[in-house]
Amino acid sequence: METPKDLLYTIEHEWIRIEGKKGVVGVTAFAQDQLGDVVFVELPEVGKKLAEDETFGVIESVKTVSDLYAPAAGTVVAVNKDLETQPELVNSDPYGKGWIIELELSDKTDHLLSPEKYAEQCSNEAN
Amino acid sequence: MNDESPIALKSTALVELHKELGAKMVPFAGWNMPIQYSGVMEEHRCVRDSVGMFDVSHMGEIDVKGPGARDYLQNLTTNDVDKMTDGSVLYSLMCYENGGVVDDLLIYRWSQDHYFLCVNASNTEKDFQWASDQVKAFEVEVTDISDRTAQLALQGKNAEALLQPASDVSLDEIGYYHFKEGIVHGFECIISRTGYTGEDGFELYLNSEDAEALARKILDDGKAFGLQPVGLGARDTLRLEMGYALYGNEITANSSPLSAGLGWVIKLGKEGGFIGCEALRLQKEKGFERRLVGVKLETRGVPRSHYRVLKNGEEVGEVTSGAFSPSLNAGIALCYVSTSLAREGEMLDIEVRNKAFPARVVKLPFISSSVKK
Repeated sequence: METPKDLLYTIEHEWIRIEGKKGVVGVTAFAQDQLGDVVFVELPEVGKKLAEDETFGVIESVKTVSDLYAPAAGTVVAVNKDLETQPELVNSDPYGKGWIIELELSDKTDHLLSPEKYAEQCSNEAN
Repeated sequence: MNDESPIALKSTALVELHKELGAKMVPFAGWNMPIQYSGVMEEHRCVRDSVGMFDVSHMGEIDVKGPGARDYLQNLTTNDVDKMTDGSVLYSLMCYENGGVVDDLLIYRWSQDHYFLCVNASNTEKDFQWASDQVKAFEVEVTDISDRTAQLALQGKNAEALLQPASDVSLDEIGYYHFKEGIVHGFECIISRTGYTGEDGFELYLNSEDAEALARKILDDGKAFGLQPVGLGARDTLRLEMGYALYGNEITANSSPLSAGLGWVIKLGKEGGFIGCEALRLQKEKGFERRLVGVKLETRGVPRSHYRVLKNGEEVGEVTSGAFSPSLNAGIALCYVSTSLAREGEMLDIEVRNKAFPARVVKLPFISSSVKK
């Protein structure tokens, strides 16, 4: 399963692409594969302040429902409106057009997992 | 050891094939079964657009033989077996004396004194016990033939074209809810024009030891017909779009099959009655507090089993089965609601994570059936 090197990860199978004080957040290829066909993504309001690990939305697949957790503390500055009509982008392009929110980061990010650490976790879970 | 332990799970004859095909395997009713291969949505669309193959070997089969077979089944089941002819299939129920449902089933008639029953995997042992206990004075022998019987379902508009060249019987002579014995790719099969998807298609019963070889041949033939293997995930969304009841969800030991809308298979006027007849007759006289309806969400979301149904914030019912319908691109559900609200067009809410999602009561099936009548 693809684990891009320019991203950081969480044990909840989310990724974050940090540029300066901002970070774009989505779910990983491993997560979308486990979820199966995504049919609905409940997005937060722009402006919402999130603590690290706080639930900010929900992802519904045909099979199951799963909470989304903020990888780091921050304020939601953008949400991917395309997911309202094309939730399947989470499956087809999890690291690109399937992004979910953008955060203005307000606190530490050193707890996030490196691509290598995250790939190791996935191979443990898959076995 | 709990029930979900992999050691305790049974496997069908196709387990190695499922793995080769990349299936995700899950525990279901005590069996290790494929929930999906390419993905539920794609598999669902494949059945609606062309043809899909399902391994449903987990289903139970019970042979009923003897001079008392007709009388025995007339007493055991709710539908009227006298409507049957040799080679026909009948959907029916077995009920307890109190009217609760033991299981729903298909009855296959070989002859006046020989039938077999196809029952739910989750209920096979219970059903066989129940059916055996009801033999009493009837001159009949009841045998559980589940272990030696595999079942493959081919569902979709291309099913007949795919199977015909491999079969020695003329498939267009098998009407809906009828079956014939025949040879498919050299293997003896019962070829039944039945299914659980709302599409035309067949269910093949055959010896377990032949099942893998036949499945591989059908998969090869199927390349020209758009055939894909289909798992239990799409089997559930396909049956839900048709409003078909599932044992354990819409029908249970503790709910009335009449309120589930199954009155059409419950022949209360049948001569001599049947087990549960009196209780069901009383229920019908008294009327029902709740009824099963289909609802469609008006906004994007996914209703799921046990979600509450609300009207003006008050609880008025419960979802028994819910899913995202690939055909309608909307959330759909079967739910029990107060009888006064069980009418087409009624606006209700489904409570999804403490929020009310508006849902409209719609006519069943959710999409029209394409079975060959």
